[in-house]
Amino acid sequence: MLRIRLTCLRAWALAGVLAVSLSAVAAFPGAARAAEPIKIGFSMTLTGGLAGNGKAALVAMEIWRDDINKKGGLLGRPVEFVYYDDATNPANVPGIYTKLLNVDKVDLVVSSYGTNLIAPAMPIIMKKKLVFMTLFGLAVNDRFNYDRFFQIMPSGPEPKTDWSRGFFELAMAQNDKPKSIALLATDSEFSKNAVAGARTNAQKAGLEIVYDKTFKPGTADFSPIVRAIQATKPDLVYVGCYPPGAAGIVRAANELGLEAKMFGGSMVGLQYAALLTKLGPQLNGMVNYDFWAPEPTLNFPGIEEFLEKYQARAAEAGVDPLGHYLPPYAYAYLEILAQAVEAVGSLDDHGKLADYIHDTTFNTVVGPVSFAKNGEWSKSRVLMVQFQDLEENNVEQFHKPGKRVVLYPSEVKSGEFIYPYNKAR
Amino acid sequence: MFSIDLLSNALVAGLLLGGFYAAVALGLSIVFGQLDIVNIAHPAFVILGSYVVYMMNTAYGLDPVLAGLLFTPLFFVLGVVVYRIYYAGFERTGRESLAGLAFFFGVMFIVEVTIILIYGVDYRLVDAAYIGHTLHVGIIDLPYRMLVPFLAAMAMTGGIAFYLSRTFTGRAILAVSQDRLALELMGANPIRIKSLAFGIGLATAAIAGALLIIIGPVEPSFGRVYIGRVFAIVILGGMGSIKGTLLAALLIGVSESMVQTFIGPSWADAVAFSVLLLTLVLRPQGLYGRL
Repeated sequence: MLRIRLTCLRAWALAGVLAVSLSAVAAFPGAARAAEPIKIGFSMTLTGGLAGNGKAALVAMEIWRDDINKKGGLLGRPVEFVYYDDATNPANVPGIYTKLLNVDKVDLVVSSYGTNLIAPAMPIIMKKKLVFMTLFGLAVNDRFNYDRFFQIMPSGPEPKTDWSRGFFELAMAQNDKPKSIALLATDSEFSKNAVAGARTNAQKAGLEIVYDKTFKPGTADFSPIVRAIQATKPDLVYVGCYPPGAAGIVRAANELGLEAKMFGGSMVGLQYAALLTKLGPQLNGMVNYDFWAPEPTLNFPGIEEFLEKYQARAAEAGVDPLGHYLPPYAYAYLEILAQAVEAVGSLDDHGKLADYIHDTTFNTVVGPVSFAKNGEWSKSRVLMVQFQDLEENNVEQFHKPGKRVVLYPSEVKSGEFIYPYNKAR
Repeated sequence: MFSIDLLSNALVAGLLLGGFYAAVALGLSIVFGQLDIVNIAHPAFVILGSYVVYMMNTAYGLDPVLAGLLFTPLFFVLGVVVYRIYYAGFERTGRESLAGLAFFFGVMFIVEVTIILIYGVDYRLVDAAYIGHTLHVGIIDLPYRMLVPFLAAMAMTGGIAFYLSRTFTGRAILAVSQDRLALELMGANPIRIKSLAFGIGLATAAIAGALLIIIGPVEPSFGRVYIGRVFAIVILGGMGSIKGTLLAALLIGVSESMVQTFIGPSWADAVAFSVLLLTLVLRPQGLYGRL
């Protein structure tokens, strides 16, 4: 009898506690929501051709997530990622963003890595009128003109031409002015855009274009291409390509003794430890784009701490051990989104979020960032670096200054330009 | 832009490239051409070969070709195991056509994911004293990075051709594709012979992988760009003909090189596949195939 009475008492007590809890939740909905994480959704190139950068970006983004959660989260709520591998296949991207928004009900979305993987998400994002922070797309918004699009790569308000402006300004500032140029691009969206901008800049500079061709991504040997370029005797050789092409072209150029006053351009891959280390002295004298190098002029607050955390995780993740190229920017695009959300105080009003991002200069690990009307950086900071005094097979040298000397833009210039190309080889 | 210098160098570069293509296509020529097994995962195994060579080169400084050679027995065993699974699951029950193709697609993804889990997704390259140097013979430039793979490919192709034409087991491999019943009557076990042939096919992937990573950087999914090209070479050469595979590979290599030099690199694939189509119209059985 006593046992039954005790059980009844317990049941009443439990019901009481539940009732009090429920009424508290009803009275203060914010308190219950505070426990709910903020979900940020994205697709990422975790397998396929761009997986090297995609995985490195994910490592950087996870560092940001851990950092912000340690500081108490975003709007007082923990941050959680919901992401899917797009396998570097643009066809997978629309489905992923549809699922993120309609099934996973994420609060914010950011992009995958690269032009080809950002563009397919745009129609879905635009239909939902969301702020879209994007990671390393070249001139994606030129076709969409979407006012809530933002892009973290420092290509500048006129991305196509700003991208290679430094290469041409450097060339035309020399006493022994170049007169002709050879243009070569991988048959892909990014490289073709980069070389299209270079073509415009070359025409503006009055250079004669003596070679202008594209090649397929699976090309195994570049000797015939380099030899054909050499036969046109160009003063400048500007190449837009991805890592396999970059390695093949650099090797073929050295094996065949390519002669030009300047050689380089938009070669993706010459920023990664694997290619830098193995190509080593073969890169000496080349002038190529970059976004960050351990030069004193680029020592922004927070960058060293970030790289320390990144490099500690890189080996385990099997990604680029230096992390100078993409990872700081993958951290920064989330920093900007978070700063905007905190300032606006809401996740729902994307119009206000976009206005705030347009009107503000953000302090990030990649330095101060502000955006132009089209969502690109308000001023280009595509670096032109020259490889100087590289040794063979030494990854440590790339942690120090003086190896990727920044020549352009002038406000972050860190060393002198050795011209022509042969003088620095 | 035409000159004898350009023409002769384009021809030589094409031959060197063709030699490398032959090495990649050789294993498939045995497996697809002679055993009629659509091993779409063959290029993925070539990439696996590149990664094990990378490991040996980085850890022990071993020459890439030697490292590839050392791994051939392991790849042979792997090939035997893969064939046994394929046989038990599909060939024995007569479901090899579509289900077998799906099986090799699956194998391709498994190989890629395994590489990603072990090595990550970063690009990998190897070191060798000859990489980056060039042999100059008159007006001809021979980059060692292309010359060494060419010589290794020639040696491997010659070795396989000799084995298949001069040994009992080699002849049995040729026979199993032509008349399985007759082979059984001769006292040979066709399944054993097919296992052996599949093993040899995969063993060549270890060396082809070594040659690939000498030429340029690799990443786990890089094999996919070679799928179309290697199947085209095997078909162009004539199903199962080693001599035909070599000739087709050289033809594709030279046509690509010529187009890259004189027309434009982006046309290289189109012209190479036009050569394939034209040959198949004039000679449906391929260069050395039999009707």
